[in-house]
Amino acid sequence: ELKGNKYNKNMIFIQIMLIINSFTPPPPNDQFQEEMVIRPLYSGDIYASFQFRTQWDTDFLHDGKKVSHYRLFPKSLGQVLSKFSVRELHISFTQGYWRTMQWGQPFIPSPPGAELWVWFHHTVTDVDGNWKELTNVLSGIFCASLNFIDSTNTVEPSASFKPLGLGNATDHRFLRYATLPREIVCTENLTPWKKLLPCGSKAGLAVLMKSEKLFHSSFHSQAVHIRPVCKDWQCTSTAWELRQTLNVVFDLYTSGQGKKEWSLFKMFSRTLTEACPLASSSKIYVDVTDNPGVNPLISTAVVLGDRRTYSVYDLTKKETFGQLRSLNLLLRWKGENDMLRPPLHAERYVSGFGLQKGEIHTCLYNSHPYRAYPVLLLDSLPWYLRLYVHTLTVTSKTRENKPSYIHYQPSKDRLRPHLLEMLVQLPPHSVTEVTVQFERALLKWTEYTPDPNHGFYIGSSVISALVPSIVAMDTNSTRDRPLFSSFFPTKEESSYFMRVYTEPLLVNLPTPDFSMPYNVICLTCTVVAVGYGSFYNLLTRTFQVDEPSAPLAKRLANIIRRLRGVPLL
Amino acid sequence: MVLLFVCFCLFVCFSLLVLLELSLMLALLTKATQFFSSGHTNNWAVLVCTSRFWFNYRHVANVLSVYRSVKRLGIPDSHIVLMLADDMACNHRNPKPATVFSHKNMELNVYGDDVEVDYRGYEVTVENFLRVLTGRLPPSTPRSKRLLSDDRSNILIYLTGHGGNGFLKFQDSEEISNVELADAFEQMWQKRRYNELLFIIDTCQGASMYERFYSPNIMALASSQVGEDSLSHQPDLAIGVHLMDRYTFYLLEFLEDIHPASQANMNDLFKVCPKSQCVSTPGHRTDLFLRDPGSVLITDFFGSVRKVEITREAINLTNPTELSLRNELKSEALFYVDQLPVADIIHQKPKQKDWHPPDGFILGLWSLILLVFFKTYGIKHLKHIF
Repeated sequence: ELKGNKYNKNMIFIQIMLIINSFTPPPPNDQFQEEMVIRPLYSGDIYASFQFRTQWDTDFLHDGKKVSHYRLFPKSLGQVLSKFSVRELHISFTQGYWRTMQWGQPFIPSPPGAELWVWFHHTVTDVDGNWKELTNVLSGIFCASLNFIDSTNTVEPSASFKPLGLGNATDHRFLRYATLPREIVCTENLTPWKKLLPCGSKAGLAVLMKSEKLFHSSFHSQAVHIRPVCKDWQCTSTAWELRQTLNVVFDLYTSGQGKKEWSLFKMFSRTLTEACPLASSSKIYVDVTDNPGVNPLISTAVVLGDRRTYSVYDLTKKETFGQLRSLNLLLRWKGENDMLRPPLHAERYVSGFGLQKGEIHTCLYNSHPYRAYPVLLLDSLPWYLRLYVHTLTVTSKTRENKPSYIHYQPSKDRLRPHLLEMLVQLPPHSVTEVTVQFERALLKWTEYTPDPNHGFYIGSSVISALVPSIVAMDTNSTRDRPLFSSFFPTKEESSYFMRVYTEPLLVNLPTPDFSMPYNVICLTCTVVAVGYGSFYNLLTRTFQVDEPSAPLAKRLANIIRRLRGVPLL
Repeated sequence: MVLLFVCFCLFVCFSLLVLLELSLMLALLTKATQFFSSGHTNNWAVLVCTSRFWFNYRHVANVLSVYRSVKRLGIPDSHIVLMLADDMACNHRNPKPATVFSHKNMELNVYGDDVEVDYRGYEVTVENFLRVLTGRLPPSTPRSKRLLSDDRSNILIYLTGHGGNGFLKFQDSEEISNVELADAFEQMWQKRRYNELLFIIDTCQGASMYERFYSPNIMALASSQVGEDSLSHQPDLAIGVHLMDRYTFYLLEFLEDIHPASQANMNDLFKVCPKSQCVSTPGHRTDLFLRDPGSVLITDFFGSVRKVEITREAINLTNPTELSLRNELKSEALFYVDQLPVADIIHQKPKQKDWHPPDGFILGLWSLILLVFFKTYGIKHLKHIF
């Protein structure tokens, strides 16, 4: 027995040696970067934006070769991309609404609820089938009810949502877009999102993500964006980029105790102790444009059409952490000057009264003093709001403004929603109002949700615009730039691309009395029982005379008489 | 005489030795049989909260406390199907977001930081629940939403919500009856989807739900008898609702003392929450269960099996295939797409609608027209047309 063990041990040792000699690991072709931007807002709130980027030089869609070794890129997403031939995937979960007038523009915009838009590869034959399966798989990965996405809330935009990654084919047949405005975001969505990161939530910037603090905020948005990007500055081949972003705005009064003094510990109840060991760069940027600080490490970046100054903290360097080996930033500011008005802002509301008709108003504000620019408005309305498209009006400065492009696809009951896309030129310093009247439909009683009196949510409108920028934008997309400034690709220097989402609407539909089936059954059964039953009894009942029971003596006498065989009394 | 005495002594020693060895072997045997006596190789849990709306906070807290215990005792998330009909943690009425508490001292956050809810909101319906149990789900359902048990699985099923005599209410709009539930369990038995099943229900008149079971190897517990109401534990004035039900509160207290190696058995579980604490009378049903409840460990259902067999054999690893270099097929530069190409959009051709062959009505209409035409004018005019 002893001899056998020794032999086995020798075998194992020899085999390990062989393996080491024949296998030299190739240089890793994936890299991971993480960064956080902290921007104090004029209202006293603070905006923190995390971005984690994994770039991997591989080809998921290559025929014949299956990718099987995953290092930094999460395997669950990689398998989804190759199985469904996805070219680009953008999914976001948001709780709260971004208040543009108080907070400015976000780095990565997102609508309330869940939003998913996907570009499929041009080799896909059945886009709808792939879309249905993709939503089911993603609902399992992110613990969300994405399986409610079906043909009644999916649209195929014809001009919006052009691919954000590389490529030249833009046939919109391969694009699908859907939103679920009622989707709730909670820890169960954050947990799988954190598990996709290479370091998880154990090292690096992700240790700050504690759900009790993150969800006690005015705005919370987490997203995953996957797209092909340039591998290097020559841009002859593509690499896959996975960006996970988390934007959160903490309120001055609910989390900040009313003081314009924020620190990492106050925001997240944690401090940073180390960078993620797998990250090639790990940085924190603090926006000090309006409040110059004392940190010597300053860098500038052009983002959202403006040149901002940031003080940079590099977590890969040991000096950043100091003697206590933990980093806690403290920000204190006294913002008295007014915020620069955002160039584009949108609002939407429902007007009218009663449960039959209504009118949707979308107001687009262009606050640039002298430049006009075009915006593309995308509206996707469910089929149970029957739009009267002949009442669609677009007015700016009380005059009619004819859109240069309209694409309208009418709805089909229980099959397809309305799709309205318009390219509108906004005159400078004006308000453009788009109105359309609608009528509410009566649904079948099984189609109502368990709480129909809450109302039905209508997804946000999407406004895509090319806004003139204050500073010249950098069109060289491959230079090393901080992550938050390189999300939307820029093609020209004088304007930048922006997307704005309006509020979702809450519309009450006429609801039936759900106790009616029970009432009807009770009433019918009562009528049948009382009316028909008594009639039936009258016709078929026979009456018999029943003699009263005899007294005891007579009964005894009858018994004796029966025994004797004599007729009874 | 002395010889006899010596022989006798030897005989006694020998018999003592034999007895000792036998007893040792017996002890080992019982330990070994106990080790493998339960007969299951994996554990699953299906935890369902059926109530919607903020004032039913306590039902979500009930389910989350059982989820917490089950995870702590070893069952992984991939083997738990958690169904919550409404979101209490991130509800806008919750003064402490992302938390669900079981007691007003707010010590224990049963929601935690690592929770995965498989069915939430409107997905928690009677149909989805029965489909999960019987395994008849649409093919595109992801694995985390399926109950992939086999005939060696022990399953724990926990239901809570509002119920009555013979039914359990789902989301204030539909009910599941005890007959349907019993039939679902019979389907599971026929398809060999469980080895043993523990069914716990915490609703009013909960005992009525297990009255109709008829499949073998099911043990059931309920928080109240028919005609009794299950009461809640205590309200919290800061949050404004009742935080937990009594039966599950004491069940959680009991389970907090259980660790993965605990030897507590089902008889201890039956004693949880007597009438003095619970006000209602908890009931249980063991007639369909083959083993004696005293020999069934709590961890057979609430914990996960970790039977490890150590092997000393070596396994040959194959050499990994070398990665081939990608051929650079195209060398022209790629570029990003223009996000808002105004000129292209304005001159965009209207989208070509896919051509569909004409359907029956159009074909019939045209054939009728052609028929009438040729009948009126005769076939001989055909050559003038073509």
